[in-house]
Amino acid sequence: MKGRIVALAAICISAALGAASTAAAQSSDAVVDRIKAKKSIAIGYREASIPFSYIDAQGKPTGYSSDLCVKVAQTVKSALGLAELEIKWVPVNLQNRIPLVANGTVDISCESAVNTVGRQAQVDFSSPFFISSTRLLVKSKSGIAELADLNGKSIALPINSVPERLIKSLVERDKLNIRIVPVRDNSEGFLALSTDRVDAFSTDDILLFGLRGKAPSPTDYEVVGKPLSYDSYGFLVQKNSTVFLSLVNATLARLAREGELQKVYQKWFEPLGVPLSVPLATTFQIIGIPE
Amino acid sequence: MSYAWNWGVLFQSPYLGWLGQGIAMTIVISLAGWAIAITIGTLIGVLHSGGRGAMRMVTGSYINLFRNVPLLLQMFLWFFVVPELLPKTVGTWLKRDLPHPEIVTAIVALGLFTASRVAVQVSAGIAAVPRGQSMAARASGLSTVQAYRHVLLPQAFRIVVPPLTSEFLTIFKNSSIALTIGVYELTAQTQQIQSFTYQGFEAFTAATVVYMAIALVVTTLMTAIERRISVAGSAAKG
Repeated sequence: MKGRIVALAAICISAALGAASTAAAQSSDAVVDRIKAKKSIAIGYREASIPFSYIDAQGKPTGYSSDLCVKVAQTVKSALGLAELEIKWVPVNLQNRIPLVANGTVDISCESAVNTVGRQAQVDFSSPFFISSTRLLVKSKSGIAELADLNGKSIALPINSVPERLIKSLVERDKLNIRIVPVRDNSEGFLALSTDRVDAFSTDDILLFGLRGKAPSPTDYEVVGKPLSYDSYGFLVQKNSTVFLSLVNATLARLAREGELQKVYQKWFEPLGVPLSVPLATTFQIIGIPE
Repeated sequence: MSYAWNWGVLFQSPYLGWLGQGIAMTIVISLAGWAIAITIGTLIGVLHSGGRGAMRMVTGSYINLFRNVPLLLQMFLWFFVVPELLPKTVGTWLKRDLPHPEIVTAIVALGLFTASRVAVQVSAGIAAVPRGQSMAARASGLSTVQAYRHVLLPQAFRIVVPPLTSEFLTIFKNSSIALTIGVYELTAQTQQIQSFTYQGFEAFTAATVVYMAIALVVTTLMTAIERRISVAGSAAKG
């Protein structure tokens, strides 16, 4: 009888251990395995996505997104119990960031990617860490305040961008007579505005503030109009790597709860004259889920 | 690699339409640019081959300037810089009132750039016609214009058809640079499909196939022209 109880206990314990080991198996995925094996994490950065991810004067990747991902790496290091975790910085651009994340060259791309349903077919997005809005950059003297004021005038839009798609649909919906001038990048958009080729340039407002700040005389330009969209930025991770993604989101949640996220925000955005907006402050509250 | 292939995206609305518009735009700006290139290129080439002194210097400068400055830079200069250098009313008209300024600028830039390359080949073609031909033409009482019109150019063009085929092929590929000033040609539409759907591999594969197809059609056409105009037993054959 006693022997039987011992045997039963042994079965129970081994069953419990078995369950525990199954749970351990579920606490890993392809990305986590890769990081464990290599003892390094590959973080994607951009060369000139100011102030999110860019190269500083010393040639090192820096910025708001990069700062946050360094904190993600610290979380990953302690969660996996690694003594050492090397950060490998991998340059990415608009064309290759999705393939590089999909094929595992980059473990997490930390820059300024807008979360869209279409993009989710290829990669997963972290919790939002920034909200941008499409607005207008105009000359201060032009008297233009909203998109409708551009009726009969012209607007520059970055070719193949989310703002371009949005403005085109609004122009169509409101039957506005606005000439659209596609431009290759933001500096060309600013050039078109400053040489009077167009009356306004529209893209993410944070980029517009950046362009205005770099202008020879910033007071000649103004960022105007009500926000035409809310685009949330997320880090890109390989699809179906839920364990890694929860580590990323847990880091963002902890930073948001502890007010650290707000501090990092201030460090990068106060110099640009872009205070924490109400929608972004709310977003930080939403992503700051408890432990 | 966890890339989700989806070839179907190429046949969906509106992406199929975008590809179609891109192909049409590429063909339109390339052919219009080619028309300018052939006209101006032949003119410059003839003047360069026959000219002396000032004329040769002017045509030589044109060739050197347009052939040696990268096309990307030329597009940019025509679009952004030239309107600023012109009188204010003309500049404003170019920027504001000209219909489709980016397409017109792209055609002009593409045409003038390719013209410099055509000019070099036409000039070389004329030089390749044996000297006796020109002398005989003048000796039989033809004026300079008549000698070029009836004797030199018909032979020179036969000689330069093969190198012109390369230029004609190149103009289609160079037309993709027009995307930098906002022309929605094939490459720009392909990038647009990639940025909307993230199915970049499929879109770029489609563009590759289209460029190849255009090249094959042009090559076949030019070979047919070459065969049709060849004079039996002449040096221009082959």
